[in-house]
Amino acid sequence: MKGTNLGEFEELVLLTIATLVSEAYSVAICDDLAQKTGRGVKLGVVHSVLNRLEEKGLAKSHLGEATKERGGKRKRYYTVTNAGKAALVRAKEMRDQYWNILPELKWKGI
Amino acid sequence: MEGDMTDVNHKPPRWATRFLRWYCRPELAEDLEGDLHEFFQRNVASAGLRQARWIYVLDVLKFLRLYTVRQPSFFHFLTHWIMLRSYLTTSGRNMVRHKLFSFINIAGLAVSMSVGLVVIGVLSDVLSYDTFHVHRDRTYRLISRYEYMGDKGNSFMATSSQRAARLIRENFSGVEELVAVRGQFQGDWQLGEKIVPLNGFWTQPSFFNVFSFELIQGNAATALQKPFSVVLTETSARKLFGDEDPIGKTMVFNKDRSYTVTGVVKDIPFFSHIKFEMLGSLSTLEIVAAEEWRKDAWDDVWNTWVYLRLPPKTELADFDARLAQLSAHEDPSVPDTHIELDLQPMKEIMFSDSMGNQIGPVMGGTLLWVFGGLAFVVIVSAGLNYTNLSIARALRRTREVGVRKAIGAMRSHVMMQFLVEAMLISLCALSLALVCFILLRPHFLTIEPDIQKMFTLQLSPGVLVMFFVFAVVVGLLAGLVPSLFFANVRTLQVLKGGSFQGPQKVTGRKVLMVVQYCISIILVCVSIGVYRQYIHYINYDLGFSTENILNLSLQGNSANVLKKELADLPEVKGMAQSMIVTSVGNYWGTNMRYPGNPLDTIGTGVSYNTIDEHYLPLHGHQLIAGRNFLPKPDSARETEVIVNQQVLKRFDIGGQEPEKALGDVLRVDRKDMTIVGVMKDFSYGRANDRTSREIIFRHDPRQVRWLNIKIQSDDWIATYEKIEAIWKRIDPNHPMEARFYNDQIAESFSGLKATVKLAGFLAFLAICIASLGLLGMVVFTTEVRMKEISIRKVMGASEATLLFLLGRGFMLLLLLAAGISVPLVVLGFEQVVFPNIANHAPINLGEMLWGVVGVLAVALLTIVTQSLKTARANPAEVLKNE
Repeated sequence: MKGTNLGEFEELVLLTIATLVSEAYSVAICDDLAQKTGRGVKLGVVHSVLNRLEEKGLAKSHLGEATKERGGKRKRYYTVTNAGKAALVRAKEMRDQYWNILPELKWKGI
Repeated sequence: MEGDMTDVNHKPPRWATRFLRWYCRPELAEDLEGDLHEFFQRNVASAGLRQARWIYVLDVLKFLRLYTVRQPSFFHFLTHWIMLRSYLTTSGRNMVRHKLFSFINIAGLAVSMSVGLVVIGVLSDVLSYDTFHVHRDRTYRLISRYEYMGDKGNSFMATSSQRAARLIRENFSGVEELVAVRGQFQGDWQLGEKIVPLNGFWTQPSFFNVFSFELIQGNAATALQKPFSVVLTETSARKLFGDEDPIGKTMVFNKDRSYTVTGVVKDIPFFSHIKFEMLGSLSTLEIVAAEEWRKDAWDDVWNTWVYLRLPPKTELADFDARLAQLSAHEDPSVPDTHIELDLQPMKEIMFSDSMGNQIGPVMGGTLLWVFGGLAFVVIVSAGLNYTNLSIARALRRTREVGVRKAIGAMRSHVMMQFLVEAMLISLCALSLALVCFILLRPHFLTIEPDIQKMFTLQLSPGVLVMFFVFAVVVGLLAGLVPSLFFANVRTLQVLKGGSFQGPQKVTGRKVLMVVQYCISIILVCVSIGVYRQYIHYINYDLGFSTENILNLSLQGNSANVLKKELADLPEVKGMAQSMIVTSVGNYWGTNMRYPGNPLDTIGTGVSYNTIDEHYLPLHGHQLIAGRNFLPKPDSARETEVIVNQQVLKRFDIGGQEPEKALGDVLRVDRKDMTIVGVMKDFSYGRANDRTSREIIFRHDPRQVRWLNIKIQSDDWIATYEKIEAIWKRIDPNHPMEARFYNDQIAESFSGLKATVKLAGFLAFLAICIASLGLLGMVVFTTEVRMKEISIRKVMGASEATLLFLLGRGFMLLLLLAAGISVPLVVLGFEQVVFPNIANHAPINLGEMLWGVVGVLAVALLTIVTQSLKTARANPAEVLKNE
C-alpha cells in the first residue's frame, strides 16, 4: 500500500503544483505553500517531496528557460500526472466520505 | 524577483557551489543550484551579503542527503584499479630519475615520521594500561583534596581515607564493589637462612573482585581475610620457595611476626598502574600497627587508595553530590579541615600527573600534548617540504600531465596518480622511519628512569597497522595540494607553447621556508635556554656545601655500628646523620607555634630536618648566633632546636635579632623546644622552589635515616668500593644505596635534563628538515636560472657576484626568520617561563645567538655549495644547446 497513499504534505504540494499550473517550480511552490498554510516551509523539505512525488509517478518535470536571478540556471517545472490527479481525487473522496456521515448536531456539540 | 544590478553581482561562495556540484546527482544539480542561488539573492536583499553567504553554505550542507548524492560509479573504480600499475610505474621511474629530490623527500619524511612513530607507540602503550581489568570502564578511584584552615592551595591526591571507604561501603547504595589498598607493605621475609626483600600493599578480600588480577592458587574470597595472611606473585613465590608449593607455608616478616601464604597471584601485567610483589591482609595492620594507624580518622588521607565499581549507567553527578554530603557530615570530626572527595575513572589514571600520592608512575597528559604537538609540527613541516618541492618541479611534470589529459585522463585520474606517488614516497619513508624508530627506542626509553618503567614501545601488529595508516595519511595530506595543482593543468596551454612557467606565486614557498627556520631556531634557542637553567640549578649556591659528601641510606641499620667501621677508613674525613637529604626535592613538615606571642594561636607550617651534632659543620651551615647541638644519648628527650632567619621573621622573635632569640621557646609537634642557635637561610627544597622558607633543625638520633660521609680521596671508585665492602659486612641482604650529594641534586633535575634532550633532539630534526627543504629550493632555483647565470658569466660576471646573486634572496629570508624567532624565545622565557619558576638564571642572549649562527651556518653551507656548482659551470656547456 505504501507508495500509492498521499501524505498530508505530499497532498499539499501536489495541490499547489496543480493550482500554479505552468509556474510550478520549486521556489514558487515553496513560497505559495508558505503563504497559504502560514507555516515556514523549508526548501529542502519541498525538494525531497517533489523528488518523491516524481518517483511515485504522481508528478513529472521538465527544464525551462534560464533566468538572470538564478545565476543562469534553468528552472525545473512540475506538472501533475494523471496518476497524480487520480490520487488527489481519491484523497478528497475519502475525506468527503467522513464529512458526509458526520452529523451536524454532533459536530456543533464538540 | 527584480534585483537591481548590484544584487546580481553578489556571488555565493564558490567552493560551496563546487562542493554542491561535486556531490549532487547531475540530473538534480542544475535545478538545485538555481534554487539556492535564487534564495541567496533574496537573502542578500533582506539580510545582507554576509548572512546570505552563510545561509547558502548551510543550505548546501543541508542538501547533502541520500537522494541527492551521486552514486559512485563502478566504472570509475575499475579504471583507477587498472591504472594503478601505470601510476606506480610512472611514480617509480620519476623517483629514480630525480634521485636528489626523492632522497630529500624520503629522508625528510622519514626523519619526521620516526618522531610520529614514537608518539604513536607511547600513545598505544598508555592506552593499553589496565585494559586487562574486565570492568575497567566502571571502575573508579576515590580521590581527595585536603583543605586546612580554608587554604585551597592543595590539588587532588590519588589517596583518600579508610574511613571514607568504610562509610561509602556501609551507607551508599549502588556500589558494586569497593576495596581499600594501603601502602608501605615492604620489608624482608626470612625463611630459614634465606632473606628476600619484597614490596606490596595491605588490602582486603574484595581486591580480587574489583580488579582482574588472576589468583592461580588459593581462595580469592578468603585469602586476604585473616590477619597475617599474605598473597605472593608467581615470581615472588619462586624467589622464596623455588618449585615447592607455597600455600600454607609460614615465614617471618622483618624479624618480627610470622605470616602464612594463602594465595599466589599471576604476575602483574606490565601495563598495570598498580604494581606489587605481594599483598598482605589489611586486618594485619589492626594488630601490628594498632597504635600509630589512625584507622578511622577522617583526615588520614595520605596512604590509602580506594577503588570502587559502580553499576552501568550510574549518574556520576548524583554520586558526587552524595560524596559532598558525606564530606559535610564528616568534616566537623576534625577541626579546621575540609576534605573534598571525587571519583576518577580508571582510564584517566595514567594521565593524572598533576595529582599527588600516586600509587605508581603516571604519564601525564601535558607531556603527551607537548610532545605530540611538537611531533605534529615536525611532520607538517616535512609534509610541506614535499608539497613545496613537487609544485616547484611542476615545470618538468606538466607536459606529462598534459599528454595524459589529452589522451583521455580525467581530473580524478591525474589526482590519483599524484596521490599514489605521494603515498609511495611516504611508504618508502615509513620503512626508513621504522629503522630510525628502532634505533631511537632505547634512547627514548632511557631519557628518564620512570619512562622505562612505563613504556615498552613494542611493535605489536596493532601498532604496525597504526604506523601504516599514519604513513598513508601523511602521504595523502602531503600529496593533496600537488595533485590538485596538476589536475588543474590546462592541457592546451601546456602542449601548445610549452611555455608553462609553473606556479607564479612564490610567496607561499618563502613563507614556508621562514616558518621552518623559525621553528628550528626557536627549538635550538629553547634547548640552549633550558640547558642554561639546568646548569644554573645544579651549580646553585644552596647556602651550604655539598662537595664530596656521600649520602648513604641506612635502610634500618644502626648508624653507630656503621660509623665505627667507616671511621677506620683514612679517606673518611667526617660523618653526620640526618633524617632526609635536603635540597633534592624532599620535604618534611610539621606545625609550629610561638607561645611568646599569645595572639598567634594558629602557628605555621614549618619544614624540618632531624640531624645530629656533626651535621652543621660537615655541611658548612653558618650559625649567626648561638651554638650547635651538643652530643646526647639516643634515649634523651628532644628539647632543642636550631632555626633559620625566616622563622625569626615569621614570629617576630626577639625583634628579629638573632642574639635575642636564643633561649626562647617554640612549640613544635606538641613539644616545647628551646632555640639554641640561629642559622643563615638556605634552600631546603630544590633550587627552583620558593616554598619552605621557615626551616628548623631538630636533634633526635632515633629519627635519622641517612649517613652523610665527607670523603677526601684521589681514587673515588676505590673509596666507594671500600665503603661498599663495609656495608656488605654489616648488611649482606640489601644492596648499598649511596649517592654523592651533587649527583643527587643533578638527578632531582632530571626532568629538566630530559626536556633539554627532547628539545635538542627535536631541534636537530627540525634543522634537518628545514635544511633539506632549503636544499631542494636552492637546487630548483639554480637549475631554473642556469641559462641566466651562464649569460651573465659570458658577459663578465665574477663567481663571487653570481654567488651573491643566487644566495642573497635566501639569506635575507633566513635573517628574517632569525629576527622573528629570537625575540619570540626571549619574550617567551621572560614573560611566561620565568615568572613561574624561582631563582632562575638570567637569559644568556650570547649563547642563543651562537645557536642561531650555527643554524644559519648550516643553511649557508647548503646555499653556497649548490650555488657554487652553478656559478662554476662552464657557460659554453649550458648555452651550446641553444
